[in-house]
Amino acid sequence: MRLIRRNWLGGTAGWLWLVIVLVPLYWIVITSFKDQAGFFTQNPFALPADPTFNNYKLVIESDFPRYFLNSVIVTAGTILPAVAISFMAAYAIVRGAGGRFLAGVNGLFLMGLAIPLQATIIPVYLLIIKMHLYDSLLAIILPSIAFSIPLSVLVLTNFIRDVPKELFESMRVDGATEWGMLRGLALPLVRPALVTVSIYNGLGVWNGFLLPLILTQSPEKRTLPLALWTFQGQYSVNVPAVLASVVLTTLPIVILYAIGRRQLLSGLTAGFSR
Amino acid sequence: MALPALAIFLVFGVVPLVGVLLLSFTQWDGLGAIHTAGFSNWRSVLSDPALPHSLFVTFEIMILSWAVQTPISLLLGVFLAGRQRYRALLAVLYFVPLLLSSAAIAITYKALLDPNFGLGAGLHLDFLAQDWLGKSHLALGVVIFVVSWQFIPFHSLIYQGGARQIPATMYEAASIDGAGRVRQFFSITVPQLKYTIITSSTLMVVGSLTFFDLIFVLTAGGPGDATRVLALDMYKRGFQANLMGPASVIAVLLVLIGLGLALLLRRLGGSTTASQQEGA
Repeated sequence: MRLIRRNWLGGTAGWLWLVIVLVPLYWIVITSFKDQAGFFTQNPFALPADPTFNNYKLVIESDFPRYFLNSVIVTAGTILPAVAISFMAAYAIVRGAGGRFLAGVNGLFLMGLAIPLQATIIPVYLLIIKMHLYDSLLAIILPSIAFSIPLSVLVLTNFIRDVPKELFESMRVDGATEWGMLRGLALPLVRPALVTVSIYNGLGVWNGFLLPLILTQSPEKRTLPLALWTFQGQYSVNVPAVLASVVLTTLPIVILYAIGRRQLLSGLTAGFSR
Repeated sequence: MALPALAIFLVFGVVPLVGVLLLSFTQWDGLGAIHTAGFSNWRSVLSDPALPHSLFVTFEIMILSWAVQTPISLLLGVFLAGRQRYRALLAVLYFVPLLLSSAAIAITYKALLDPNFGLGAGLHLDFLAQDWLGKSHLALGVVIFVVSWQFIPFHSLIYQGGARQIPATMYEAASIDGAGRVRQFFSITVPQLKYTIITSSTLMVVGSLTFFDLIFVLTAGGPGDATRVLALDMYKRGFQANLMGPASVIAVLLVLIGLGLALLLRRLGGSTTASQQEGA
């Protein structure tokens, strides 16, 4: 690490970037506590002279608890099955290495990584209509599961490959079935990767915009990003209220991040640096 | 055990992929019956002067955002690879923009850059109080800045992971040979990070095809058509003008460009890692 110790350029860039990251975030938070008059008259970086929770009250009264619940249902309803089936697939791909069929399945998932999600939205829309799922939360969940699979399988196969073959062998000699090995051996050893994959995909689903925009219609089916957008359209002059909605919808994620960041950051670098 | 994942991926991944190709040869308004249309959509889209413009804007944003993000992410990533505690704290804070949805980020910057009520007006700084989203060249710059603000942290972390795997002995050998720090950066760090650079670039480039929500909320493709990238073009043709056939043609082009770029970058020696959901 001798190179890094006196890396002036990197150090300057590092602190400068911190400022670039934090200034808008600081502005969002303090502005969300200002009233409209304060917003127009005060220096934008000054703390609110007369802090108010009215903006948050307005956001909560605008049905955001329901949108929040929708987002929770969609995210949990996507991630739990997506990670479970991806883990099973990854296990099968690693354990059945050499088999033509599984190699083909793996190739298919890898191809899925290179395809931009948006591009298949029109046929997905058609499918959802034909399945009579349009304007339901399930309409968002099913494609989201499919789109989460390729990356999850890739990361999980990388991790399962690291499990020494001898461990599987000795369990097999002891009479364990593949299911037994999946649950008793692979599951505990790749748990950190499962958490990483869940958080990463969960973020994508929680923040997803295109699928809810196209596959739902009625206000009571809105997820948070869509609700943010419509709220902003309604209250575009009331900037503090709009920013309060931004803070409220991001807060749960920030709290989760504060709890699980170690796992996410280390898993992310491990998953992508291979 | 691979069957459940395979089944759902076939239905909502592979079938739509084939479906989009088929739909590009049909006429459909999104509600009524679907009629075959032969090559008429392809002819009309390919001869539409709006297409070269969308292609140009798409590649312009792709290349410029890559050129802005890569050097900064590389520099920050190598810096973050140091083991000091405060650098770990920086990494934690850097990650925060990734937690926000593109919609939230777009809404924030829209308010922040408003010429009358935004930062410029509030601070009485004229150069900041421009009509950022109302002028073509400025709007494009704003999109690239916001994309960088959102994704540089992610790529820095990828580079951090890569830089930590470079053996310290290489640097020791180089400094014994009298190589300075800049020299070490270019003759050890950068070549050693070759695969990381390719992975990160693939994610950036393929991901840039999917900057739909950010641009949709920030500029809606405007002013005029200045930021109307292919993904937005597809949405507008399909779900606003109700022309699903021509929109499917654009979608097929998006798939081909994505696949082509991913293969090209893989040829350069990259890994298989690429993602369709850079938006995450």
